[in-house]
Amino acid sequence: MSELTLGYFLRRLGMWLLTIWIGATLIFTIPRLAPGDPITAMVERMIQQAGYIENSADLIEAWRARFGLDGPWHVQYRNYLLSMVRVDLGYSLANFPARVTDIIGRSLPWTLGMVSIATILSFGAGNLIGALMAWRRVPAFIRNILPVSLTFTSIPFFMFGILLISFLAFKWKIFPAFGNYGRGVEPGWNLDFILSVLHHGLLPVLSIVVTSMGFWALGMRGMMVTTDGEDYMILANAKGLRSRRIFWFYGIRNSMLPQVTALALNLGAVAGGSLLVELIFGYPGLGYFLYQAIISADYTVIQGIVFMLIVGVATAVLILDLLYPMIDPRITYSKGQA
Amino acid sequence: MTAATTIDAMDTVMVDSGPSEQDAVLDIRNLQVFYATPSGDVRAVDNVSFKVQRGEIIGLVGESGCGKTTTAMAILRLVQPPGRIAGGEINLDSVNLADLEGDDLRETRWTKLSLIPQGAMNSLNPVMRISSQIKDTIRTHEGRISNRELKERILQLLQLVGLPSRVYDMYPHELSGGMKQRACIAMAIALDPVLVIADEPTSALDVVVQRVVGETLLDVKERLGVSMIVIGHDMGLMAQLVDRLAVMYAGRIVEFAPVESIFNEQLHPYTQLLIESIPSIKEKKPLKLTEGLTHDLRTHMQGCIFQLRCPHVMDICREENPPMRALRSRHETACHLYDDDGIRLH
Ligand SMILES: Nc1ncnc2c1ncn2[C@@H]1O[C@H](COP(=O)(O)OP(=O)(O)O)[C@@H](O)[C@H]1O
Ligand code: SF4
Ligand SMILES: [Mg+2]
Repeated sequence: MSELTLGYFLRRLGMWLLTIWIGATLIFTIPRLAPGDPITAMVERMIQQAGYIENSADLIEAWRARFGLDGPWHVQYRNYLLSMVRVDLGYSLANFPARVTDIIGRSLPWTLGMVSIATILSFGAGNLIGALMAWRRVPAFIRNILPVSLTFTSIPFFMFGILLISFLAFKWKIFPAFGNYGRGVEPGWNLDFILSVLHHGLLPVLSIVVTSMGFWALGMRGMMVTTDGEDYMILANAKGLRSRRIFWFYGIRNSMLPQVTALALNLGAVAGGSLLVELIFGYPGLGYFLYQAIISADYTVIQGIVFMLIVGVATAVLILDLLYPMIDPRITYSKGQA
Repeated sequence: MTAATTIDAMDTVMVDSGPSEQDAVLDIRNLQVFYATPSGDVRAVDNVSFKVQRGEIIGLVGESGCGKTTTAMAILRLVQPPGRIAGGEINLDSVNLADLEGDDLRETRWTKLSLIPQGAMNSLNPVMRISSQIKDTIRTHEGRISNRELKERILQLLQLVGLPSRVYDMYPHELSGGMKQRACIAMAIALDPVLVIADEPTSALDVVVQRVVGETLLDVKERLGVSMIVIGHDMGLMAQLVDRLAVMYAGRIVEFAPVESIFNEQLHPYTQLLIESIPSIKEKKPLKLTEGLTHDLRTHMQGCIFQLRCPHVMDICREENPPMRALRSRHETACHLYDDDGIRLH
C-alpha cells in the first residue's frame, strides 16, 4: 500500500541530514587543506594596498578569533557545526560587517525562483515534446516539426546565453543585459515590479529551458515508444478509450516515472548550470555572488553559498523521494526502496 | 435486465439443434492479415472464414505462431504495423468492422466486443487502481454516471468473477496472476458486450489457477450468455469450456466442429497429431509433429498448407488447396483425404 510510513520518512530524512553533514564537513576541510590561510592572505593584501598596517600580527590573531579560525581543529569543527545548525554562517571577509546569511537571504529567492521556473518549464515542455514525437496518433507533420524545437540542445547553455545577450540585449536592446529588476521600480506586489522581474528573468530562464529541454524530450520519446509497446496500451485501445486519455493516463503517466528519477539525479547539475547562467546574465542570485566571492577570496561567503546549494539540492531530492511512491504505487514507502 | 434476455437467447440456442444464419453474432469472411517484412509479406492469417453464434463459445487452437492472436487482433481492429488487414469482412452484428474508422470504431470497441488479453500480467495499467481502470472504460462509453452507482456496479463485477471487494482499491502489482486475469475478465464484461475474445486466458498461470480462471469464464458464460472466442492450446480447458473448436494451422482454419465431435474423431491429419500429442486426453505420447518442416509463411503455397508435415500427403495435395467441406454433421475439414460424402479415400 502506498501510505507514507514514519519509517520511510525518517530514513529519507536521515539521508538528507547525512548528505548535508558530509557536505558541511567537506566545506570545512577543503580550505584548511590548502596552504596558507585566508586571514593572512587578506591582511597581506591590505598591507599591499595601504603600504603598512600597524600590528598586523595582532590583527591577524584578532580576526582569526572573530572568524572562528583559532584553536585546535576539533574545537573549530564543533563550533563550525554548531553555527551551521544555528544557520549562523558568520561574516563576509571581503565586506566585513555584512553577514553571510544576509547575502544569501538577498540572493537565494532569485536563484530559487529562476531555477525552479526554468526546471519546471524545461522538464514539462521537454517531456511533452518528446511524448508527442513518439505518439503515432499525432499528425506526421507535427511530429516532423517538433524536433526543430530541440535544435539548440547541442549548444552549451552558456554559449546560447551569450548569443541571447549579444543580440537581444546589446544589439537590439529588447531585453536588459543584467539585473533582476529595473532601477526605479518599487519592489512589492505591483504590476510594474512583476513585469520588470519577468522582463529581466526571461532571458536567463529561456537559455536554460531551450538548451536543456532536449535532454528530457529525447528521454521521454524513448520511454514513450517503449510504453506504447506494452500490453496495457493495447488493452487501453481495445477498451475504446479516447486517444487523449490513453496519451496522458496510460502513456505519459507510465513513461514519466524514469524521467522523474532522472530529474532527481540531475538536480545537482541543474543547480550548477544555473550558477553560470546567473553569471552571464548578471543576475544577482547565489551564482552571481559566489563568483564575486571567489574573485575576492571571500571564503566565508563561498562556504555559505556552497553550503546553501548542498542544502537546496538535498532538499529537492528529499521532496522527489517522498513524492515518488505517490506516482509509482509499485514503490512502497514501507519497504523504503526508491 | 440484460441477464434475463440473454438467458432466453441461450435457451433458444440450446433448443435449436442447428444454429441458423441469423443467429451469427460474428461472421468472418476470407479474412487476410499480412505482416510486411523486408523479405515479403508474412501471411499470418490467410482466407479465414467462420461464424460465431449468439451465446456460443468458439475455441481456437493450433501451435504457437499459427495466427491465433493475429486473428483476434484483426477482429478487434488492433493489428499493429507492420501488420495490416489485407482483405475480408469482419461482420459483428451485421456491421463490418473492417470498414469502421475513427470514433465509430472506438465506440464499437468494448461496447460490442471486448478482450481478455494474452498477457494478463502486463495488461493492466500499473499506476492505476483496478477500479479506476474499469471506471474509465464505463465512463468513456456511457458518459457521466454517479460515483455511487459506478462503485456498486464495479463491486458487482468483481463479485461476479469471484474477487473480494478489497480488490477495488488495489493496484495491479498487489494482485496475483489469477486475480489479475479475473480482474481482466470483470473488465471485459463491464459493458455487456456481445462478443468476448479471450487470448490464452490461462496460459501464463499455474495449473490450479488455470482451473479457477477456466471456471470463472464458464460461470460468466452461463450467467451472461455472451459469445466468446477462446484462444489456447489447453485442450482440457477447451473440452470444459467451448461449444465448437476451430483448429488453425499456418494461418488457416483446417478443421471446425463441435467439441465432442472433434474429440471423437479428428478428420484432419494435423488435428489428429495435435490431439494425440496431448497427454491429458489420451495416455502420454511423444509429440508426433515433425518440427522444422513448416512452410515459409511468406510464400503462397500451392496446394495444401500441411503437405510438408502430413503423413498422408497425396499428389493432389501438392496441386489443389483443399476447400472446407462439411464431412460430418456440422463438422468441417479442409483435406483431400475424404470424398464429398466424408468417406476416407485411403
Ligand atoms: N510484428 C510482426 N512482424 C512480422 N511477423 C509477425 C509479427 N507478429 C506476428 N507475426 C507472425 O505472424 C504469425 C502469427 O503470429 P500470432 O498471431 O502471434 O500467432 P499465435 O497467436 O497463434 O501464436 C507468426 O508466424 C508470426 O511470426
Ligand atoms: S490435404 Fe493432403 S496434405 Fe493436406 S492434410 Fe489432407 S492429406 Fe494431408
Ligand atoms: Mg498468441
